[in-house]
Amino acid sequence: MADSDLDLRIWRGDAKGGELVSYRVPVTEGMVVLDAVLWAQANMASDMAVRWNCKAAKCGSCSAEIQGFPRLMCKTPIADYGDHVTVRPMRAFPLIKDLVTDVSWNYEVNKQIPPFTPSEKDMNTSEPWRMQQKDVDRVMEFRKCIECFLCQDVCHVLRNHDGKSNFYGPRFMVRIAALEMHPKDSLDRRPLLKGNAGLGYCNVTKCCTEVCPEHIKITDNAIIPLKERMDDAYFDPVRALIRRIGGGRKPKAV
Amino acid sequence: MGLVSAAAYETVETDVLVMGAGGAGLRGAIAAAEAGARVLIVCKSLLGKAHTVMAEGGVAAAMHNVAYQDSWEVHFADTMKGGKLINNWHMAELHAKESPERVLELERWGAVFDRTWQGRIHQRPFGAHTYPRLAHIGDRTGLELIRTLQDRVVHTTGVEVHMEVTVFALLKSEGRVGGALAYRRADGSLVLYRFGALLLATGGAGKMYRVTSNSWESTGDGTALAYEAGAQLRDMEMVQFHPTGMVWPVGVRGLLVTEGVRGEGGLLRNKDGQRFMERYDPDRMELSSRDVVARAINSEVEAGRGTPHGGAYLDITHRSPEFIKRKLPSMYEQFLKLAKVDITKQPMEVAPTIHYQMGGVRVDAETAASSVAGLYAAGEVASGLHGGNRLGGNSLSDLLVFGKRAGDAAAASAKKNPKAAAAGIDPAEIEHAIATLMAPLDRPEGENPYRLMAEIQDVMTEHAPIVRDEAGLAAGLEKLDGLRARAEVCGTGGGQSLAFNPGWHTAHDLRSLLVNAEALLRSALVRKESRGAHARSDFPKTDDQLASVNFVVEKTAGGMQVRPEPRPPMPEYLADAVQRSYALYTPEEME
Ligand code: SF4
Ligand code: SF4
Ligand code: FES
Repeated sequence: MADSDLDLRIWRGDAKGGELVSYRVPVTEGMVVLDAVLWAQANMASDMAVRWNCKAAKCGSCSAEIQGFPRLMCKTPIADYGDHVTVRPMRAFPLIKDLVTDVSWNYEVNKQIPPFTPSEKDMNTSEPWRMQQKDVDRVMEFRKCIECFLCQDVCHVLRNHDGKSNFYGPRFMVRIAALEMHPKDSLDRRPLLKGNAGLGYCNVTKCCTEVCPEHIKITDNAIIPLKERMDDAYFDPVRALIRRIGGGRKPKAV
Repeated sequence: MGLVSAAAYETVETDVLVMGAGGAGLRGAIAAAEAGARVLIVCKSLLGKAHTVMAEGGVAAAMHNVAYQDSWEVHFADTMKGGKLINNWHMAELHAKESPERVLELERWGAVFDRTWQGRIHQRPFGAHTYPRLAHIGDRTGLELIRTLQDRVVHTTGVEVHMEVTVFALLKSEGRVGGALAYRRADGSLVLYRFGALLLATGGAGKMYRVTSNSWESTGDGTALAYEAGAQLRDMEMVQFHPTGMVWPVGVRGLLVTEGVRGEGGLLRNKDGQRFMERYDPDRMELSSRDVVARAINSEVEAGRGTPHGGAYLDITHRSPEFIKRKLPSMYEQFLKLAKVDITKQPMEVAPTIHYQMGGVRVDAETAASSVAGLYAAGEVASGLHGGNRLGGNSLSDLLVFGKRAGDAAAASAKKNPKAAAAGIDPAEIEHAIATLMAPLDRPEGENPYRLMAEIQDVMTEHAPIVRDEAGLAAGLEKLDGLRARAEVCGTGGGQSLAFNPGWHTAHDLRSLLVNAEALLRSALVRKESRGAHARSDFPKTDDQLASVNFVVEKTAGGMQVRPEPRPPMPEYLADAVQRSYALYTPEEME
């Protein structure tokens, strides 16, 4: 039931080089870019490398640059474009083949972030924890992250030469925000933010927020509050002192 | 033998090898590492992408935070009745008793759940659970579970992860599995893993069907590898059609619509606006078990009362838009984006989609050990807990409860067999396995594996649908024979490269699918009754005699054999628990 044909241009190649290759794909109603790519794979290019899993915008596997814009292929209807669409791999990561990039750097970064750590008291109680919905709601937004790394792809700091050695990138600011604002976490990750995580490198261009398929307000809700918190700790010794005298409780997000 | 010589593999040793990085694999890896074993996880995709993220509704655990009357006994009874009594009752008992502890433990590892007003974990109602029982966070509980376990794994010493690696053969020595051959997807290089024990956590085989909620990964690798290694499979006729998949537009057909919609009050109607569940299960209505709802929708469509695209309407518009967006955010987004339907204003159109395999590797209830020494299985790849039909929410709790048990047992087994990793594996076997894997690359003229996969899906869709019959199943088996012969000599679809070549990978996946498909058809043929997810038009009634029988599948010299196996009766205290709760079968099944 092809309504029309699509000229699907996919970047084919590896680290050594490559080119855009055109595939004529019959379009069906409601088709998304991933369907078109997989159709081309099954019928015309069996060795075309592409990642996908859920086909439901839930796993963050199918990230690519569609008409130059970082998107999930499984969530992008063909109908949003005309009769041709160009798909390229993410540019911020080393290419493996075709649409598949080496995103292992992200997994390495994640390892460097100290994990969720409840207080001794919470750890030792045998009672189930109590938390309030409003406190849960605050971290829920960050925990929606599907690790598609599209925000990492678009962040100019990471795209720059050497950028990855300076800054963990927006995905991991979201991760750190989720930990810092978790009602039961007891660690202070401000030294990390100031140091290796390189939060100072972010100049709040908000490009990351624009591409997030989960609509996480990365800049407004994660990065800016983290910056305020970090600045508090480092540049306002008086407030930091007051906080310490005030019972050592970790300040929660604004 | 073509491109790679048999010697060209790297050998990696570990105590416990875990295959699969979904909930069961990750929970098992944590348990095994905490028990002191060196653990290696191999997964076909990237870490954190496993099918568990698709679980939306929640995790079932009788914590009685919302309904104080709930208890493990009631959860047990619900599970047994939902599974139409062919569940392994000991697994169902352990599951009901241990899941609250596993959920609370997850919270202590950083998982975040929705709360009651007093600050306890909130629990939502779900199909065929007597009380509100599913701990959840919005409609993305699976992602929360995966992310929490993933972070735990990353920070557990002694666990390593090899991503985008596919195991293609298991190797035994002296009756015990001790080796696994795998290829790295990125460059086609080969690895021989040697281990003391293997934990299969590979999920299901939804790719047998055309319309499925499953990903490319769900090709039933674990079931097939276990079978080839001589392990028994069980209940293979039982596959679950999730009643509510999207039907329209065509591009998203099969995409899951969470049962949470019905849990939050969603109503099912046919094209005449009638709440047809009245006729199928008047007591539980929309919240009946999945097998019943899926068959009901199927029957409505067959009777000409379906929606324009061949499904039923699922309507939640009587709830406020704020409520819908808060409780079902990803459903709201999914329909708006992919179907241009605003579910706060319009009903959804839904139809059954293949979702879950209740059958799988036969395991011991307490240890998750298969019938082959050194081989363990947990999660969807294992069988027993869900019997003839799985209740929503019982899958996430299954992963946690039996993932942990399997990890513990695999670690203990590896410790007892420290030499296993080094024991003799027949080099000829290794060579043969590698040759088979590589062969499609040497057949440039061979058939396209994607086309063969589509044909397998067509056969299963046509011959093993929701309602089956003898002639159809037998004809399906015959077609599978033809497909198997063609798959054995298929190519890669063109590309000859070892580098990230999905055509080549698919050629291998066909072998797993074929084992699963054959086991399904053969088991469905011999269960001459309708029970749970298995409905036969030629045997429409449930046969009480068969309530105490499971069908076991085994590899023999003469090919695949299926035989009935009686199950020991439930001890009195468990039988009482089942008796105490209400009707066992729906009016439809009693007729
Ligand atoms: S706001 Fe910061 S993190 Fe986001 S894209 Fe811009 S520089 Fe990168
Ligand atoms: S924050 Fe958003 S864009 Fe970034 S990885 Fe997570 S889901 Fe993707
Ligand atoms: S395939 Fe999972 S996000 Fe696209």
